[in-house]
Amino acid sequence: MTTVNLETLKPGESATIAAVHTDRALYYRLAALGFRVGKRVEVIRHGRFSGPLHVRIGATDIMLRKKEAQKIEVQTHS
Amino acid sequence: MKRVALVGMPNTGKSTFFNRATGASARVGNWPGITVDLLGAKLLLAGEMVELVDLPGIYDLHGFSDDEQVVRHFLENNPVDLVVIILNASQIERQLSLALQIKQLCLPAVLLLNMADESKKFGISIDAAKMSNSLGMPVTLLSAKYGNGFQDAYQTIAQEIQHGTPVPPEKLKVLLAADDQIENDMESVLGHAVQIPVQLSDNLTTQLDRLMLHPWLGLPLFFLIMYMLFQAIFMLGKPLQDGVGWLLEAFKQGALEPLLAGLPTALHGLLIEGIYNGVGTVATFVPIIVLFFLFMALVEDSGYLSRAAFLMDALMAKLGLDGRSFVMMLLGFGCNVPALMGTRVMRSRALRLLTMLVIPFSLCSARLQVFVFITAAIFSPKAAPLVLFSLYLFSFAAAFTTALLFKNRFQNNEPFILELPPYRFPTLRQMVLRGWHEVRHFLSRASKFIIAGVVLVWLLTHFPQNVAPGSVDTWAGMIGHFMQPLLVPIGIDQHLAIALIFGFVAKEIVVGSLAVIYGLDGTALTGMMAQQLDWVQAYSFMLFTLIYTPCLSTIATIRSESKSIPFTLFAVAFPLGLAWLVSFAFYQAARALGY
Repeated sequence: MTTVNLETLKPGESATIAAVHTDRALYYRLAALGFRVGKRVEVIRHGRFSGPLHVRIGATDIMLRKKEAQKIEVQTHS
Repeated sequence: MKRVALVGMPNTGKSTFFNRATGASARVGNWPGITVDLLGAKLLLAGEMVELVDLPGIYDLHGFSDDEQVVRHFLENNPVDLVVIILNASQIERQLSLALQIKQLCLPAVLLLNMADESKKFGISIDAAKMSNSLGMPVTLLSAKYGNGFQDAYQTIAQEIQHGTPVPPEKLKVLLAADDQIENDMESVLGHAVQIPVQLSDNLTTQLDRLMLHPWLGLPLFFLIMYMLFQAIFMLGKPLQDGVGWLLEAFKQGALEPLLAGLPTALHGLLIEGIYNGVGTVATFVPIIVLFFLFMALVEDSGYLSRAAFLMDALMAKLGLDGRSFVMMLLGFGCNVPALMGTRVMRSRALRLLTMLVIPFSLCSARLQVFVFITAAIFSPKAAPLVLFSLYLFSFAAAFTTALLFKNRFQNNEPFILELPPYRFPTLRQMVLRGWHEVRHFLSRASKFIIAGVVLVWLLTHFPQNVAPGSVDTWAGMIGHFMQPLLVPIGIDQHLAIALIFGFVAKEIVVGSLAVIYGLDGTALTGMMAQQLDWVQAYSFMLFTLIYTPCLSTIATIRSESKSIPFTLFAVAFPLGLAWLVSFAFYQAARALGY
C-alpha cells in the first residue's frame, strides 16, 4: 500500500482517497462532488497535451485539472 | 401566502421540475450550476396560492461559491414554509448530504428523487418508504423529464405545506454553523435504504465517451460536430431570415408607406428609413437566434458541452481561459450575442469577463456578409477565398492575443472541476422553451438600445436638411472629415468612414449604407468601389471592420451581462484601439513594400 497523488494514476487504475489538501472552499466543493476520504476513485482517461483528468467516483463522472488532482492523496491497492 | 423553496444539486432536473410545475420557462441545461437569477412563480396547490421559488443549484449549504451564498442568504432572510429538495436518484449516495443538511436546520422538507428512470437503468433500487422513515421526511420518486410521479409529488407537497411551521430565519443562522454530524448520518441512511452495485454497468455514456473523448479522434470529431451545427443553423436560418425580410418589406410597401404618406418628409423618413428599416434589419436576425438556441439546447442538454470543455481545456488554460470559453468563442462565429449570454455558465466573474472580452472578435455572420461583398468587388475570384480565410485567421489571432494580454488582469483561480453528466436526449419541449426564453430576453433587452442607435445614425446621415442624405456634407460626413487625421494613416477615406459609423450599429447595414453613401447600387456600386479603392485600402477597411465593435446589440448584451459600465466601455475602447493598430500596421507595411 503506497500513497501517491491522484494525478500519477494511469487510466484504468483506481485507488482510495486518503486525504484532500486544499483550501476550505475547494475542499467543500470536492466533498460535495464525492471526493471524500475513504471513497474509491477510478481514473478513466487523461486529456491530451497535459489536459484534465476524467475520473469516476461512484456513479458520478468528473473532470478536474492536474493542478487540483495533485492535491488529492490516494492509496493504491497493490 | 405560503412560500415553498426549491433546493437541489446542479444537474438534477430542478429547473425542469420548476418549469413543469409553473409552466414558466426557466433555463434548463445539462451544465452543472446553470440557474443564476432567482425565478419565482405563483401556483395553486390544494386550493391555496403558493409561491414557489427556484433557488440556484448547489452542492452544499456550507460551501462558499456564489450560488451557495445566494441560497444561504435566501434562507437566512426569508421565512420558508416548506423546502422541496430535489436530488438525482442515480447519485443518491453523495447527494443525500444536502437533504440531511436541510433536515439539520429543522426546516419542514419534502425529498423528491428525480431521474428515477435513469437510476433504474443503473441498477440502483431505492425503497422510498424506508428512506422516508430514517430521514424523517416524505420521500417521493419522480421523473421530471417525462412527467412520471408528478401527482404523488404534488400531493405530498400539498399535504406537508398544511402543517409545516417555518423556522425563524435568525435561528437558521445559528444552525447553519454546525455540520459535523452529517457524514455519520449519511452512512447510516444509505446503509439501510439503498443498494448500489459495486461496479456500474458499462452503459451507453461510457461507450460514447470512449469515442467522443478518444485521444486522437476526440478533437477532430468535436470540430466536425461544431462545423455541422454551424452549417445547419445557417442553412435553415438563411431562408427564414430572407422570409422575415420579405415580410417586413411587404408590410412597409403595402401598409406603412400609404399610411404615413401624409406626414412631413423628415418625420416620414425618420419613421420608415430610420426606425422601421433599422429595427427590421435586427428583426431578421431573430430566426437565426431562435435556431441557434434550439441547437445550443440540444448540445447543452445532451451533455456534450462538458465534453468539449474537456477536450479544449489544455490549450485554453494557457490563455487564462478554460474549455467552456472556447466553446462560446466558436458559437460567436454564428452570432456574438447568444455566445455572450452563454458565458453565464461560468462561476468566476474574472473568467467570465475575460471570455466576454474575446468573444466579440469572433467573425460573426453579419461581418461575413460585408467581407463577401467587398472581396467580390475588389479581389479576383481566385484570391477571394484566401482573403476570407485570412480574415478568419486574424479573428482567432485577435482573440488569443487579447486573452494573453489580459489574462493577468482578469486572473481567476477558479479550479476547473466539472461534472460530466450522462448523455441525455433533451425533449422537444425543453428545447423550444429554452429557445423562446432566450429570444424574449434578447428582444426586451436590446430593443430600446437598437432603436436609439438607429435613430441617431439616421439623424447623423440626414442632417443638416438641405444636403444629400449620407453624403460628405451631412453631420456623419463632418465627423468622418473630423476623423481624417486618424483614418488617413490606415487608408480609410471619408466615404468609408461613414460606413464605419453605420457599422457601429450593426454590420448588416454596412453594405446598404455604402449604397446610400455612393448613391449607387448593384454592379454600379461595386464598379465604383473598385475604381476608388485599391486592395490595400479595402483589406485595411476589412481588418478594421473585423476587429472594432461588432454591433450595438453586442454592446447592449455585454452591458446587461457584465452589469458594469466601466467594463462595457473598456470592451468597446480596447477593440477600437486594437483595430486601429492592426490596420495601421498592415496599411503602412503594405505601402512601404510598394503595393
